[in-house]
Formats: sequence, structure tokens, C-alpha cells
Amino acid sequence: MFRLEARTSTPAWFNLVLPLIAIAATLVLCSGLIAIAGAGVIEAYGVMLSASLGDSYAITETLVRAAPMIFTGLAVAIAFRAKFWNIGAEGQLLAGAVASCFVGEIPMPGTLAMLLMAIVGAAAGAVVALVPATLRVKFKVDDVVSSLLLNSVIYYALMALIEGPWKDTFSGYPISPPIEDSANLPVLIEGTRLHLGVVVALIAAPLCWFLIARTTLGFRIRVTGENPEAARFGGINVQRVLLSTALLSGALAGLAGVGEVGGVHFQVMSDISPGYGYSGIVVAMLARLNPLGVVPAAIFLAAVMTGAEAMSRATGVPAFLSDVIQGTALLAMLVALLFTAYRIRRVGAQT
Amino acid sequence: MSAVFEQIFQVGFLAAIVRIATPLAFATLGEMFSERAGVLNLGIEGIMLLSAMAGFTATSLSGSLWLGVLVAVLVGAAMGALHALFTVALGLSQHVCGIGVTLFSSGLAYFLYRLIFGQQSVPPSIDGFKPVPIPLLSGMPVLGPAVFNQFTLVYLAIMAVPLAAFVLYRTPWGLSVRMVGENPRAADSAGVSVIATRFQAVILGGALMGLAGAFLTMAQFNAFTFGVVSGRGWVAIALVVFGRWDPWRSAGAALLFAFVDALQLRMQASGLGHIPYEAFLMLPFIFTIVAMAFMSRNAVAPSALLKPFRREER
Repeated sequence: MFRLEARTSTPAWFNLVLPLIAIAATLVLCSGLIAIAGAGVIEAYGVMLSASLGDSYAITETLVRAAPMIFTGLAVAIAFRAKFWNIGAEGQLLAGAVASCFVGEIPMPGTLAMLLMAIVGAAAGAVVALVPATLRVKFKVDDVVSSLLLNSVIYYALMALIEGPWKDTFSGYPISPPIEDSANLPVLIEGTRLHLGVVVALIAAPLCWFLIARTTLGFRIRVTGENPEAARFGGINVQRVLLSTALLSGALAGLAGVGEVGGVHFQVMSDISPGYGYSGIVVAMLARLNPLGVVPAAIFLAAVMTGAEAMSRATGVPAFLSDVIQGTALLAMLVALLFTAYRIRRVGAQT
Repeated sequence: MSAVFEQIFQVGFLAAIVRIATPLAFATLGEMFSERAGVLNLGIEGIMLLSAMAGFTATSLSGSLWLGVLVAVLVGAAMGALHALFTVALGLSQHVCGIGVTLFSSGLAYFLYRLIFGQQSVPPSIDGFKPVPIPLLSGMPVLGPAVFNQFTLVYLAIMAVPLAAFVLYRTPWGLSVRMVGENPRAADSAGVSVIATRFQAVILGGALMGLAGAFLTMAQFNAFTFGVVSGRGWVAIALVVFGRWDPWRSAGAALLFAFVDALQLRMQASGLGHIPYEAFLMLPFIFTIVAMAFMSRNAVAPSALLKPFRREER
């Protein structure tokens, strides 16, 4: 007989091993789909790997794809640390994209434009995230549902803008006019799409780690999440911590949108985010809510997405495999997390 | 103004409302059963999509519409069981699992659809359900063409609402569902299996979400597209809250939303676009968020919603 038994502590190496186990399980499970599609499993995964991380150009493409997911992953990780259930990173990203695009369309010196885009985009994301947090603090409204529903509100607002007053008069398509050329984030390596925003994302992760692990606010966020009662007794204003967390989380998600507008698309369209906000939840869970873990987790998902397209061309396996991998990875990780709270014990039959 | 009015409220408007409300009613009832048992199912968006795809594919390959409906319902129930396995049996966090189920099932739906049908310039379609007029009743003025000359699935949805209310409020199983959603500890003491009841409710919910998906691809559009659900699952999440976790109120909320949606479609079609149609589509979400702020004071949500139950932990 086997029995689940509660653990009192979790070994540190679990943080590294569990995501790897989850990813391995995911790849094994999804290999069934590759086989159904009539392709060789090793070949398909091989193409995926070489097309996403095999040469320097592929790596830059993967990093460009990873950047928004690093931001949304950080947004979700920090929010979840405080047990502020922000499912709304998608909407906050869109708000950041729209706001920064507005700014980027105003002619002004390039450096100023980029700086303002980042500030305004982050602020827009923060304002959106503040809504579910305020509703929870003031009215005890469940933040899961309210932050989720706000995604749809922001999406329709975006659509109303680009199909209405903000429609690009030049092309006539439902897309916004492009931002000024001078506001485009500089490309760091000639001949690639690797833009400044990617570096900012890579720097943001250790900064967020420092904030969570080493600052007073980070301490308050952690205590609020782990034990709000203790936090209250310890003189922490839990409501304020939740609001600060929401501002921070929303700002990070907003920056994801800024990067997409400033460095990748240079305008806003309906599919500017292929669900990067939801991917952020996958990234954050794979990272075990650790900001430093967000970077490899986001790069993994990005590699799967970039690699899937090449795999599809080479083997005929639909590129949508990357979507299945994403969902499976999240579920596998959740199951793996059980082992941090429980251990399997053999129970003697004679009892 | 009266010309505008006539253009919008012409014959067929009521019928359109009923048609739009049908998948929402199935999905909302499904989510309601799940939540009444204490399990939030954010997998709804993906479950509807996968069921819509599965039902469409089964019909497309077999030629039988009802086989397609059956497959959609079974797929929905299976995905419900998956969500229950994670959230009820393993006690994992419901919102994250729900997002996982949505990502997984929509990914699977896209993948399998592309695998089976390839990339075609014109999406394949099926000969979907046809309206079945009910003798005598369909001859009634106004209500006749609107309500009694519809698809069989619409009649099923109309019957599902009182049935759901009966099951929830008048049967021992319904009582168990409400107990495990309100106070699982007490239900457990009273000899109700919390785990089994929650499993059953989430699976029933998934089956209803499957019916919603089937309606979209087999009666409403007769084809599967990647955007066929396009947020209807999230709408259902909102409608359950707006309908205060009650079958009648939730169905009413579905009708209200369908009215707004039909109105928006009419205004778009008639070119009376002073107000962007997206403003209408936003309404249910905004209303629900505002309603939540007012409702929370008298706490109508099932008390044990989002809380896993582990017997040994007291």
C-alpha cells in the first residue's frame, strides 16, 4: 500500500528537478501526438530543438519570443507570491501595448519616446491590474474571476479602437497606425530582430528576484502570501501590500506589451498577443514563482513555439503541438508540485 | 428613431436571441453545477472548443449528427473528469488547473483539426441540424417562429433549465452538490462523499459544456473555425456569477446577454454603427464585475468554491 503523507519541509534541489521532470513528462506525453501524426518522435523534437536553439539566429528569434513571456511570467510570479490571483496578465499586456503605441505615434526624440512608451505602457498595465486588486480589498470580490473577465473587456476595447477611430487610414486594415521610426526599439545585432526590450526583460528578472528576496516590500509580499494572519499581527498592512503587488504585477505585464509594440510589431493589431498573458501563468508555475526561474521557463516555451513552426514544415506535424505542450506542461508541473507538499510512503500491509 | 426600431425588431430577432442563448445556457448550467459543488472550472473555454471540434469531426466522418453530439458530450465529460482529477482528487489549485485545461484542450482541438482536415482554403462544413417546427405551437404568432421552430438542441436547452433547477433543489443528489459546495466538512460528517459528489458535478458540467460546443459547430455555424468559441466560455463564467449560481437566474442572464448580442449584430448589419459593437460585447463582463462588487456583501457564492477538500486535514 502507498499513501500520500504531508511533508514538513521541501529539499532545495526540488526547485530545479521538478520543472525538469514536468517538462520531460510533457515531452513524453506529447510524443504520442507526433506518432499519431505519422512522424518520427526523435526527428520532430530534433528539428524543434535545432530550429529554436541550434544556431545564433535561431537563438535570437527564440529570445525575441521569450521576452514578452519573461515579463508576463514575472507579473504572474510576483502576484501569485502574494496570493493575488492575477489571471489578467493578458489584458494588462494589451493595455500596455495600446498605451505605448499611442505615445510612440507622437513625434519626439527617439530616446524620450522609448522612455515614455515604457512608462506609459507600464502604468496602463498597472492601472488595469489595480481594478481586481481594489475590488478584492474594498469589496471582497474574488480576484480570479474579476481579473479574468477584465481580459475580455480590454480586448474588446482594443478592437473598438482599431476598428474605429484608431484604424490605420493608410492600409485600411483593422490595425493601428505604426509608431514613429525613431520610437522603434534599437536592434542589437544586425540582421536579427533582437531588440533592446529583450535585454530589459533579461535584466528585469534578477531585479524582481532582488525585490522579492532582499527588500522589505518583497518580504511583505512573501509574508502576505504565505500567512496573511501572521502578516497582519506583524503590523503589515496586507491590503496595501496587495495593491502594491498588483501595481508591480500589472506594470510588468504592461511592459510585455511595450516590447511587442516597440520591438516586434511597431503597431497594435487584434492578435498582437497569441495568449502571452496565459503563457505567463505556465512560465510562473514552471519557475516555481521564482523570478530567476522565469527566464529559463520562458525560453523553454519560446523555443517550443519557434521550433514548432520549423517542425511543422519539416515533418508535417501541425505546429499547434506547441499549444498542447504548453497546456500539458502546466498540468504536469501542477502534479509535480504535489511532491513538494506530500511524499509517497509505503504503508505496511499488517497495519 | 422608429425606423431604426423597426429595422432592429423585425421578425427573426426573437428567434436569433433564442439561438444565441442556447449554447450559453448549456455552458452556464454546466459551469453552475461545477461551481455549486465548489469547483471553479476555468477549463470551460477549452472544453467547449475541443467538444465543438470533436462533435464536428465525428459528424463529418460518420454523417450522423446525433453521433457527433454524443461524441461532443463524452469529450466534454472526459475533460470535466480530467479537471476533477486535478482539482478534486489531487486538490490542486482550481484556477491554475482550469487555465491548464483550457490551454491543453484548445491546443489539442487545433492540433487534431489540422491533422484530420489539413489546411484548406475553405473550411469544410457539414449539413447541420435543421429547425424542427413543433406542430400547433409553431403556428402561434411571435413565439411560434421564435421559440417553436428551432433546432432540437434549442428545445433541449429550454428543457434543461427547469430540469437543472429540479435536480439541484429537489433531488438528494442536488442537495449533496449544494452541501459539498457550501460546507464539505458537514457534508462529510453527514455521510456524503465529497470527492464523489464533486467529481459527478464537474463531469456533468463538462458534459453540458460539450453540448454547448456541439451546438456551435453543428447547428449555429456548421463548421469548425479556430475562433468558434471566441470567449463564450468566459461569458458563461460571468453569467454564472451574474445569475447568482441559480439555474433560472443564470438562464435569464444568458437570455439577456443573447438579447444584447443579437442587438449588436443587427446594428452592425444595418449599418447603424454610431456605437462600436464591441461596446455591447463588453457589457456582460463589465456588468458582472460591477455586480460582484455589490453582491459580495451578501455572499451568494458557494462558500467552499476554490477550496480543495482533504479529509485528513482538519
